[in-house]
Amino acid sequence: MAVAPTRTKKSARRQKMEAAVNYPLDWLEERSGLVGGLRYFLFRKVPGDTNWFHTLGSATLTAFLVQAITGVILAMYYKPDPNSAYQSVNHITNDLTLGWLVRGMHKWGASVFIILLFFHMARVFLFGAYKYPRELNWIVGVFLLVFGMLEGFTGYLLPWDQTAYWATVVGINLNGTAPILGPFLADFLRSGAEIGPDTLSRFYSLHMLLIPGAIFALIGLHLYLVVRLGVTSPPWSREAAGGLGAGADYEAQDGDGRVGLTQPTARSTFRRNGDE
Amino acid sequence: MMEPQHGDRPHLPGPSLYPIAFAAGVACILVGLIVSPLLIAPIGAGIAVFFGYLWARDATKEYRGVPEPIEPEGVEPGTPTAAPVPANVGEAATAEPEPGERFPRSRFLEASTLGLGAVIGGLITVPVIGFMVVPPFKGQGYPTVDLGPLENFPEGKWLITTFYERPQDGTVSRRTAYIRNNGLLNNEPSFTIIWNRCVHLGCPVQPNGPVQTNQKKVVRVAEGQQVSLTPALPAGGFGCPCHGGQYDPEGNRTAGPPVRALNRYEYSIVNGRLVLGQPYSVSHVDGTGKNAKIHAYKLAGPGMHVDGWEQIFYPVQPPH
Repeated sequence: MAVAPTRTKKSARRQKMEAAVNYPLDWLEERSGLVGGLRYFLFRKVPGDTNWFHTLGSATLTAFLVQAITGVILAMYYKPDPNSAYQSVNHITNDLTLGWLVRGMHKWGASVFIILLFFHMARVFLFGAYKYPRELNWIVGVFLLVFGMLEGFTGYLLPWDQTAYWATVVGINLNGTAPILGPFLADFLRSGAEIGPDTLSRFYSLHMLLIPGAIFALIGLHLYLVVRLGVTSPPWSREAAGGLGAGADYEAQDGDGRVGLTQPTARSTFRRNGDE
Repeated sequence: MMEPQHGDRPHLPGPSLYPIAFAAGVACILVGLIVSPLLIAPIGAGIAVFFGYLWARDATKEYRGVPEPIEPEGVEPGTPTAAPVPANVGEAATAEPEPGERFPRSRFLEASTLGLGAVIGGLITVPVIGFMVVPPFKGQGYPTVDLGPLENFPEGKWLITTFYERPQDGTVSRRTAYIRNNGLLNNEPSFTIIWNRCVHLGCPVQPNGPVQTNQKKVVRVAEGQQVSLTPALPAGGFGCPCHGGQYDPEGNRTAGPPVRALNRYEYSIVNGRLVLGQPYSVSHVDGTGKNAKIHAYKLAGPGMHVDGWEQIFYPVQPPH
């Protein structure tokens, strides 16, 4: 970041402190470029008229990270065995320090994650942000939605109480009614003809290893595409329509006079927020 | 890598019969899955793979080019066969390759690296995926369960009977059946044994009538096997608490979303004891009690039609 030239001379003490902070960052930057990369990610240019609706994606990501962190900690105490799962959940909730809180965060956070996911999806749909060239990111988002639902489905069994058991019986049998391959899918999910000793650990493995891994990978791809293609202006944006927008590149307009909404090349015309 | 340019030359592959043979192989797989999954389907798979390979080979012939045979080097390095000749006098040791003619060493290395990687990846992946997918389909089925002496099942009374399908698996294998002794038929004991799982989506159906829990009896049949018998009067048949499916006392669907009658268990009498056999599916039951005519089918999952045109959606059931 450029230092303003008007700043008064720093004290020797301050210079030393800055050097002490900068040294490891410079060391890392020189060898990996990670600092610059993070700076690019965080301070990249976005349209000047983005609004609070554009924060729903980050909110969903935050909700997912909360799920990941609380899930990892719950896994330290949970026992995915038919004869001890229920007792271990009771133990987490009633005996362990703050266990009730972390389990509650994971349980309610699951709903928050799915709700935010739908809000984010609605924002993208209503703003037309799924249109060219961002169709692929919509598709990645659909897979994220599906995997998020699968997390809900597999996680629901883990408390191993009556609700969990019978809801999973119903859920698996719903899958089983799919034509041709449904019965095989049901047996695969159940790990057999009936819910048995292997079903719980199977769901546990899917819930905490396979599906989250896929979600992490897809989130990476999702964010890469967001950064590469840029953020869309709202549909009512006058700046994107070429009307106001100080320094807008009028030659980059397409036939509809819409810049940025459909053309990734027009990103260069966007101002940094508040940077008139 | 350059894309082949349109308009340079026609790049459609010439006519070939391989796709037709490939399609025949796929058709053979599909037919085989129904007729004989162990014999016809693998033959179809073999045909499909063989002709698929030939087809792919044929279709990519133009891009692959024909590899030149590689001359064996033969001579050990460092053992000269003739007197040394100054470099500026003799001919070139190897002729200059004509452009596009030779199979370059870099391409061979590239292909062999990718190919070797694919082989190693496959060798690791296939058994691991197999380990994930195959066990749910192997060694499945429903073991016979000894439910105890016939005297525990008085004639004409419904008993909610719970038992362990596999005692070694513990509580997770606990099952429930509604059992009624129908009396003698042709001097043989006759039983109605209805599995309690709703054939809509598998919830436990409940008797529509009083349950006499105060008369519950627990019988220790064998090591680890406990059978509990609770009398009930399901005068209104059975009802499912999940989505409202209703059945009459013979298990016929009377209302709600189920697509057929409740599943039943086969049974046998061994040394005066009632032994539970395989469960099976039922489309409907005519008549009642020991005079009932049961329209029985191989066990199908909940929500699956066993008769009517909808049965075509479920041509194959996993091995149970």
